[in-house]
Amino acid sequence: MADEALTTIPAPKPAKRAPKEKPGPLEYMRQWPLQAIVAGTLLFLYLPLITLMVFSFNTSRRNIVWQGFTTDWYVKAFNNESLLQAFINSLTIAFFCTIFSVVLGALAAVMLWRFRFPGKTVVEGGMALPIVVPEICMGVAMLVFFARVMPWPQGLAWPFNLGAIIIAHISFAFPFVATVVRARLASFNRELEEAAKDLGASEWRTFWDVLVPHMQPGLIAGALLAFTLSLDDFVITFFTAGPDTITFPVKVYSMLRFSVTPEVNAASTVLIVVTVILTAVGLQMQNKDATEKKA
Amino acid sequence: MEQTWKQAKTAFAAISLPPILWLILFFLAPLAVIWAYSFGENTGPITIDFTGTFANYARALEPLYLDIFWKSIVIAGATTILCLIIGFPVALAIAFASPKMKAWLLLLIMLPFWTNLLIRTFALIAVLREQGYVNFTLEWLWNNTSGIMSLMGMQPLGEFEPMTLLYNNTAVIVGLVYVHLPFMVLPLYSALDRMDRSLMEASLDLGAGHLRTIWSVVVPLAGPGIASGILITFIPALGSYLTPDLLGGTDSQMIANVIERQFKRANDWPFGAALSFLLMYLTVIAIFVQSMLQRSSDRRAA
Amino acid sequence: MNDVAHSNAPAPKPTPHVKDNAIIRFEGVTKRFGKMVAVDNVNLEIREGEFFALLGPSGCGKTTLLRMLAGFETPSEGRVLIDGKDVAPLPPNKRPVNMVFQSYAVFPHMKVSDNVAYGLKMDGVPGDEVKTRVEEALELVKLGGLGGRMPDQLSGGQRQRVALARALVKRPRVLLLDEPLSALDAKLRDQMRSELTSLQEKVGITFIMVTHDQDEALAIATRCAVMNRGVLTQVATPADLYEFPNSRFVADFVGSVNMFEGVLERDEQNEAQVRCAELAAPVYLDHGVTGARGSTVWVALRPEKIEMHKRVNGAQPMKMEDAPQGMNVVPGVIRDIVYLGSETNYEVELDGGRRVKTFRSNLTRYDQEDFTWDEPVWLAWHACSPAVLLS
Repeated sequence: MADEALTTIPAPKPAKRAPKEKPGPLEYMRQWPLQAIVAGTLLFLYLPLITLMVFSFNTSRRNIVWQGFTTDWYVKAFNNESLLQAFINSLTIAFFCTIFSVVLGALAAVMLWRFRFPGKTVVEGGMALPIVVPEICMGVAMLVFFARVMPWPQGLAWPFNLGAIIIAHISFAFPFVATVVRARLASFNRELEEAAKDLGASEWRTFWDVLVPHMQPGLIAGALLAFTLSLDDFVITFFTAGPDTITFPVKVYSMLRFSVTPEVNAASTVLIVVTVILTAVGLQMQNKDATEKKA
Repeated sequence: MEQTWKQAKTAFAAISLPPILWLILFFLAPLAVIWAYSFGENTGPITIDFTGTFANYARALEPLYLDIFWKSIVIAGATTILCLIIGFPVALAIAFASPKMKAWLLLLIMLPFWTNLLIRTFALIAVLREQGYVNFTLEWLWNNTSGIMSLMGMQPLGEFEPMTLLYNNTAVIVGLVYVHLPFMVLPLYSALDRMDRSLMEASLDLGAGHLRTIWSVVVPLAGPGIASGILITFIPALGSYLTPDLLGGTDSQMIANVIERQFKRANDWPFGAALSFLLMYLTVIAIFVQSMLQRSSDRRAA
Repeated sequence: MNDVAHSNAPAPKPTPHVKDNAIIRFEGVTKRFGKMVAVDNVNLEIREGEFFALLGPSGCGKTTLLRMLAGFETPSEGRVLIDGKDVAPLPPNKRPVNMVFQSYAVFPHMKVSDNVAYGLKMDGVPGDEVKTRVEEALELVKLGGLGGRMPDQLSGGQRQRVALARALVKRPRVLLLDEPLSALDAKLRDQMRSELTSLQEKVGITFIMVTHDQDEALAIATRCAVMNRGVLTQVATPADLYEFPNSRFVADFVGSVNMFEGVLERDEQNEAQVRCAELAAPVYLDHGVTGARGSTVWVALRPEKIEMHKRVNGAQPMKMEDAPQGMNVVPGVIRDIVYLGSETNYEVELDGGRRVKTFRSNLTRYDQEDFTWDEPVWLAWHACSPAVLLS
């Protein structure tokens, strides 16, 4: 259409910076009352966590006044055999829970997205139940189940002694994964699948070559969700854990009951950092995927 | 289009059996056992007979427990309302921020949500207890005011009494708001973000102020999002165990704490099972009410 | 700027309701979004009673200009005046202008009548007056009796009428229309065009419309402003825009055009001559051009202003009666024919290989049979037809 030369924008005048431009009427984020509310909310959300992290480096045992920098509490926390074991237990449980939940969740999502079958609404409702049932109810149900119906063998070697907890975690985590993956599947263009078949791919190849790559961001998001849900869970674990299968939250809980030492701060800081890193990695992977899709 | 299962029976079986079996075996079966227990009786220290009695439910409906149910509902309701009051402007601000700012704010709101619940509660205790930072700040302010007053020749304020911010109902509500705020902000944000901006502009253009626009245009249109925010906050708040346990006093027990006691200490499983199921029914009612509201608003929109 | 013949242009269509006072003034208005300059130093006056169109390709800043009037954007620099008053301190809800949104923005949760009444209620108009004015407004846009419907029970065209009624019922000083016809199908669009014009004449309110569709602007507006990359390129009546564009951008954006680069060889009071490399013959003009001799200029020739005549090999070249022998006539061969019913479009390849578009009205039922593929032809034009552009 038009020529470049014709329409070049005149060189910007020596910027006499206009006195800060008035915000538009819908730019709520640039209006002070809302800025104050957002700032206040973030302060409310972060102040406790940040003080917790800062004071994990405090020399004072009493955790109140800043006295000096130290990493002693981290050393102490890592030398605390039972705390370390609890931490490792938590990560192990989360790892297995993630693998099983992603597989089961993906299958459930594909089933509900792909097929029409009698009793589908019942199955859909059943899948939604673990998401909405109060944690305490599920916790006591697991307690009773593993105490009376299917007792988990005692004295198994690590990590098999964690089986009951892992099963309980999978039960509440995989429906979350299914929800995330199904949302992702909803944006699938079925013509892609038809195109693959039209070009000669078998049912199975189509599934792997077309559907699974499309599901991938959902699978990553689901895995991340399952991992954090498992790592985060206290109530259900509290009811399924035995004396030798303590997880990190349960351990912290019992430490809190007795005394609050900076050791707990240190251990918590480690867990917060692990979570933040995991979230960052997950978001990064999803972003990368999104930009690749766009390109 | 969806495929009927008959067209690919093996594929359907391979795909659907693992999740369905898992759900039945490791979720529905445990719940069914609890449900059966709720009609049973303790006949020995560890033996329970399924007698089909309603005694456990009758006991759960005694004033003592009804009070606790009622209190749980009130606390969860207050939490939800506070979350809504704080969360709505926050969600509004995020929805209308610049794209870059928006991504950061969302991350900041979500990050605590990913952080361990127990750690967050613990952090809150450190801030709120008598030797916590809130009290330190108050003390500092108090002493300064007192100093200034004595400088001005007035009577100093006297010794600072730390406020008891923990181990009461207020602390439980503060803790629940702290934990559940992201649950409220996210659905509100997505509802507001989806909204057609030009509707708000049209309202402003026609002479309505900001509050008026929010009330008569934004709230009705974001209604489903608000409803799901309320539900998603109310349900976990109603069944919360950890927050009242750690932040509450002796009289701030919520229903989950009572249930826990039946299973872990009082060892009255049938009664605990009945309470659990009553809590589940309450949850189901809340979901049902929300979906009815949703449906009527859908019908209006259709 | 370039065409002296401008003064010979036919008088614009009579617009008795247009007054002399400027109801809207943009004074040196610039709007930046970050580094991007959306609107660049715009100065513009719009008179009361005009139906004014802001025309330009998408992203040219026309919508931003409109939204600054409504109050949804604030200028980075400069002033916007309505009725001579700087409106910078006024939020959108306090401005005497109303807008019809591109998406119509009809509130989906309110009845049609509640939509129309919304603005009046905000102004505190008493209830019974609201009722009569809403009914009047719905009558005005031919929606009488549909006040009880919900917006989703209306067609797209009806929804737009609701948006119109909702804005007009407030009796604004200026009505702003953002791409009002873009979402309608072709038939409805034609109908709405004439309705918008008659509506504007009836209510006598100044209308300002943003559009990327040049046909729409030419058909409806009394005056148009063409914008490109934030800069106001030309402000003129539709006929002047089309016949006397001031730049290659305007000539190209408004309508279809054949553009030739050339050198201004002769420029006198009453005639001028341009030599274009792609044309076998010089371009002769019956008016002067205010350009330096030897400078590069562009000749814009509208396809319908090019005549096509049969050419017999070896015969004497034809001559245009208002140009010297050998000027304004070039030989070529027909390469493509598109029959459109009312007219036929031809693409003619000149000797140098350049292709030229020409349109020919089908005055009789047999006209389209006059020319065929690969036929040698003369292309000829009158001395007053080409527009000479300096930029």
